[in-house]
Amino acid sequence: MRFKGGVHPDYHKETAGLAIETLPLLPRYAVPLSQHLGAPGTPLVTKGQQVAKGEPLSQPQGFVSVPVHAPTSGAVKAIKDWPHPLGRSLPAVEIEADGEDRLWDGLAPLGDWRQQAPAALRDALKAAGLVGMGGATFPTHVKLSPPADKPIDTFILNGAECEPYLTSDHRAMLEQAPAVMEGLGLMARVLGVKRIIIGVEANKPDALEALRKACPPDVAAEFVLLEAKYPQGSEKHLIVALTGRRVPAGGLPMDVGCLVQNVGTAVAACEAVGQGLPLIERVTTVTGEGIARPANLRLRVGTLLADVIAHCGGLGPRIAKVIFGGPMMGLGQFSLEVPVIKGTSGILCLPAERITQYLADPCIRCGTCVDACPMGLVPSAMGVLAERGRFADLADYRVGDCIECGSCAYVCPSFRPLVQLFRRGKAELRALESRSGAA
Amino acid sequence: MSEDGIAKTPTAAPLLVMSSSPHVHSDREVPRIMRDVLIALAPALLMGLWFFGLPALRVLVFAVGGCLCFEWATLRLLKRPGRLHDLSAAVTGVLLAMNLPPTSPWWLVLIGAFVAIVIAKQIYGGLGYNPFNPALVARVLLLVSFPVQMTTWALPTGPLRLDGGTGPTPLGTLREGLALGRSVDELALTPLWKLLVGVRGGSLGEVSVIALLLGGLYLLWRGHIRWQIPVGFLAAVAVLSGLPWLLDPARHGSPVYHLLSGGLFLGAFFMATDMVTSPVTRRGMLVFGLGCGLLTALIRLWGGYPEGVSFAILLMNAATPLIDRATRPRVFGTGRRLYEERKAA
Repeated sequence: MRFKGGVHPDYHKETAGLAIETLPLLPRYAVPLSQHLGAPGTPLVTKGQQVAKGEPLSQPQGFVSVPVHAPTSGAVKAIKDWPHPLGRSLPAVEIEADGEDRLWDGLAPLGDWRQQAPAALRDALKAAGLVGMGGATFPTHVKLSPPADKPIDTFILNGAECEPYLTSDHRAMLEQAPAVMEGLGLMARVLGVKRIIIGVEANKPDALEALRKACPPDVAAEFVLLEAKYPQGSEKHLIVALTGRRVPAGGLPMDVGCLVQNVGTAVAACEAVGQGLPLIERVTTVTGEGIARPANLRLRVGTLLADVIAHCGGLGPRIAKVIFGGPMMGLGQFSLEVPVIKGTSGILCLPAERITQYLADPCIRCGTCVDACPMGLVPSAMGVLAERGRFADLADYRVGDCIECGSCAYVCPSFRPLVQLFRRGKAELRALESRSGAA
Repeated sequence: MSEDGIAKTPTAAPLLVMSSSPHVHSDREVPRIMRDVLIALAPALLMGLWFFGLPALRVLVFAVGGCLCFEWATLRLLKRPGRLHDLSAAVTGVLLAMNLPPTSPWWLVLIGAFVAIVIAKQIYGGLGYNPFNPALVARVLLLVSFPVQMTTWALPTGPLRLDGGTGPTPLGTLREGLALGRSVDELALTPLWKLLVGVRGGSLGEVSVIALLLGGLYLLWRGHIRWQIPVGFLAAVAVLSGLPWLLDPARHGSPVYHLLSGGLFLGAFFMATDMVTSPVTRRGMLVFGLGCGLLTALIRLWGGYPEGVSFAILLMNAATPLIDRATRPRVFGTGRRLYEERKAA
């Protein structure tokens, strides 16, 4: 089923043909304690302590929390505030590598997931620090623990990769297809779900074919080629495209019996259970017209952005933005000292002529944003309301349902900063709510 | 683009631009849309200039020149950031010219340009804020203020205008004849091919239906207008003029004659579809188009004027905010198609 709305940006998947290469070991890493949606963990290590590759650096705080792990062996140089991809400084563990890359002896591989109990698998995924690696970084074990009144009957692999420029999932599906399928089967086993659907956008049929070939006989999966349309990889739109079910407004995929997992997460799940390896590596696309040598890289979590850029030949002369994620929803970075984190699917380097500065020109009411909005909202009217500070009216226009996909701003002929206006509106409404709650 | 904040040389720590996503943009921008509208208007405009000759060219020059001058002057006077090269004033000027009699005197055109730009557009806040179509406000104000000049229709005698004669428009012929108690068959109605090509009296840019259709299809193809407004507009006129005609063909013009005469095609494809003054939702556009057609037919059949397109569009402009509010699209995950309900069923 097609979803309504959406846009067709230029795909720029120039890196799709580049095989994944591994970045050599670097002298230092900075591992932020907060790399997931939820409470950050508390540090388990102290300054000067020797750590081994894969050793946990933090203790999760609460259920919606996961640990982070040492990307290599070495010494803890400092635990201090460090530039974070979210745009501010947050506590991170700085590690000076000893060059030995010695594995932690406390790793406990479970072996074949088929022999394991669901609860053991789920605990292993939490201990491995698994989060959704598409960018939202929601802890995987939480997703795999739905309440009893929300039974999951459909497990979905999100292979859409609808963001322009990014090809890390594409490469992972091609080169690590068996790990993707094993990880998928494993996570489906945690919930006892029989129905598995794999959705891949039509611009990468080779990836779907690779997964089909790698599918183990005991994993019953349906393979679906999806229309190449942004934001096909949005959970709600992926679910409606694959199953026809609509996640209710304000609801979660589990409200319609679905669970969506990312390609990278599936690979990480396979490695976590099979080899006991925590999530300390991920595949990231480094691309854009502003980088000398684009590549798909296997990076250790905690690798500094400057090191990645140096490996790829450096930034171009007119570099204007370095973005973590894709051009539609990614986060612009303010420093080259930020580390790669678990959710860094891409590092996009754009020169001045490729980026758009959104100005607040008046809306000419062309209605293109209304056609483009995949959520059925009226961005033109909402933008005006946000601009005028009419936040209660903005709530009436259901700004809370906006997924910030950027389709509206992308097509706006007046270059209105619609996503920014809606973020502002949401923040104001949250503030209003907490004030009225406190009163 | 500003050079501020953008590193000019590769350095270890370039200054990076910080702004919200999305970081890229499609190629849609206001001047490009306006340019496409001008391209779409060109065929009908050229046909008008051909049939009505030099006086029509004078109207065009004064309308476009006047609109640009008034736009520039008001932007300066009100210290507004708007720019002439967004081409919106040029589009208003061309549309104004196309909505005036081709032999309008220069002062009439200049008054129209003043009304369109200063009163109907800039006083409301400029581009994007005007509730009514500026060119139509000007046309209607001129029509009620200078009824003689605004209803003197030159004959389409060709580019050199050797014959300066005037005559009725096709709708005028129909209306006066019926008012005198004649039957349709006795009237010297304009043949259909002349309506299609544009060999008839009328406003400068409204005469050639084929040229207008060509331009309208171009705008549809470019995605600048949606089918809902023109189709709704034309369908409503066809149905409402068709019903009385079916009952009594001798006393009513045929729906085909109604569709092809007057300013209907100009109105349906270029005036009613003005983005600023029409709804933003698809359902709203359909309601708007149908409403325009309904009002046009009512005025033509029973109103005081032979033609009602301008009045109909302006009245529907006034209803646009209401239509927008009443036709908001269904938000994803709300309404009747919810999974829980279907599962329960």
